[in-house]
Amino acid sequence: MREKIVIAGIGQTAFGKLAGRSTLSLNIEAIRMALADAGVDKAEVDGLFVKCPTSKFEMMYGQKLAESLGIVPRIGGVWDQGGASNASMIGHAAMAIEAGQCEIAIIALADNPATGTRQAYEKAWGEDSIFGWFGTPAGYAMIARRHMGEHGTTSDQLGAIAVACRKHGALNPKAQLRKPLTLEQYRESRLIAAPLRRDDCCLVSDGAAAVVVMSAQRARQRHLKQAVPILGFGQGQTSWEVAQRADLTTTAAEQSAHTAFKMAGLTPKDIDVAQLYDCFTIAPLMTLEAYGFCPRGKGGQFVQGGRIEIGGELPINTSGGLLSETGMPGLQMVLEGVRQMRGQAVNQVKGARTCAISNQGGIMHTHSTLILGQA
Amino acid sequence: MDEHTIESLAPERDAINSPYWDSLAQGRLTYQCCNACHKAWLPPRSECPGCLSDDWAWKEASGQAKLISWVVYHIAYHKAFEHRVPYNVAVVELAEGPRLISNVVGIEDHESLVIDQPLQLRIETEGGVALPRFVLA
Repeated sequence: MREKIVIAGIGQTAFGKLAGRSTLSLNIEAIRMALADAGVDKAEVDGLFVKCPTSKFEMMYGQKLAESLGIVPRIGGVWDQGGASNASMIGHAAMAIEAGQCEIAIIALADNPATGTRQAYEKAWGEDSIFGWFGTPAGYAMIARRHMGEHGTTSDQLGAIAVACRKHGALNPKAQLRKPLTLEQYRESRLIAAPLRRDDCCLVSDGAAAVVVMSAQRARQRHLKQAVPILGFGQGQTSWEVAQRADLTTTAAEQSAHTAFKMAGLTPKDIDVAQLYDCFTIAPLMTLEAYGFCPRGKGGQFVQGGRIEIGGELPINTSGGLLSETGMPGLQMVLEGVRQMRGQAVNQVKGARTCAISNQGGIMHTHSTLILGQA
Repeated sequence: MDEHTIESLAPERDAINSPYWDSLAQGRLTYQCCNACHKAWLPPRSECPGCLSDDWAWKEASGQAKLISWVVYHIAYHKAFEHRVPYNVAVVELAEGPRLISNVVGIEDHESLVIDQPLQLRIETEGGVALPRFVLA
């Protein structure tokens, strides 16, 4: 599948507080921009893959969006893997195109937890709530604590990830949080669920993003100069709840990356820039290990000394990631990957020819990977 | 029921999990064990996650366990815990294999715990529910 499918267009709304906007409206704005970027008319779209808004689950949301767009896709629907959904849906769209099930697909995501409904975040607590077990940050904290115990990972090393993402986001005019963070400020950030601090946790954001996917052959026929080839994609599902997971410090991200790198015919050494899902700082740290950018247990050492910042050996989250650009779950990482491969990123990595992207959902329950090549 | 109380968080009983909570009320921590493949597990479920058999039995745990990981809450997500922060929540592995969410009690400093350290069961009743908690062994 290497280089058979391209991302032909990208679109996004502003990120932050977008009061009064429904997720359908946000989706349409992002899709309208992605279609314009790809030079595609909406009537040509025959695949529509949507992540259900995290903030509010709705039945048949894909059909509601298709109706709002005034289209009748051949294939599509809502994919439920939390934050991994976006990169996963791009893979599914690629397979659908290759299998002749559609020709031009849209993958889209919108969410409005900042000003709209937070229904999904106010769900009834699980059976273990009587022990005081609440919230997503604590799930990641449980994993981070085990990683610290097994491998000697430190709070400062988690902080190095927050500092890098905030540095990149501060330079991105479209980022929601444009306030750089020093390691000293990180150390003073209040504890939420120790060992995680406020600055280890992603933003809460309204916004939307969309991409247009088609075959590389079709992109050539349409003389698209900005089409970014997909070199590889993969998925993996850790699935088990944190408490029942046999090993807290390895995940199916390894499987996901293995599938994607194999398809691409590349190794981590061949990657110039990476966009690694950073809902909490421990996530990109463990993704670096799972992808083979460093040995298992050495993620903490890897992220120190500016290695993951612009100008470093492997810049990550060059638009700010979930910690700084927008807390929206995932598709913005793909958009930044596309901008890097077009040479149009705000924090452009000079001469970058390959970009690895990770998306993940739940508490590392789901994972998906994309590897992009130069436009 | 007042949704701000610990009682409001009492687990919902069903046919599968009632024996688990009833045993705890009688001072015993039990787990499920498959009669076909001998896999042991918690929380209660109707089929063995190892071989999918529905032929399983409840067994009593020894109470010996170890600490897999823990977190310390510094903010309360629920009114009933506002007076309790900071408090810990732990993932505990029983000597027999199953893992569960619990609390380590009887300690002064929540940050003094160490992964894999031995623990011992202590059943405590709170909000009308007998809960499996653990002390340092």
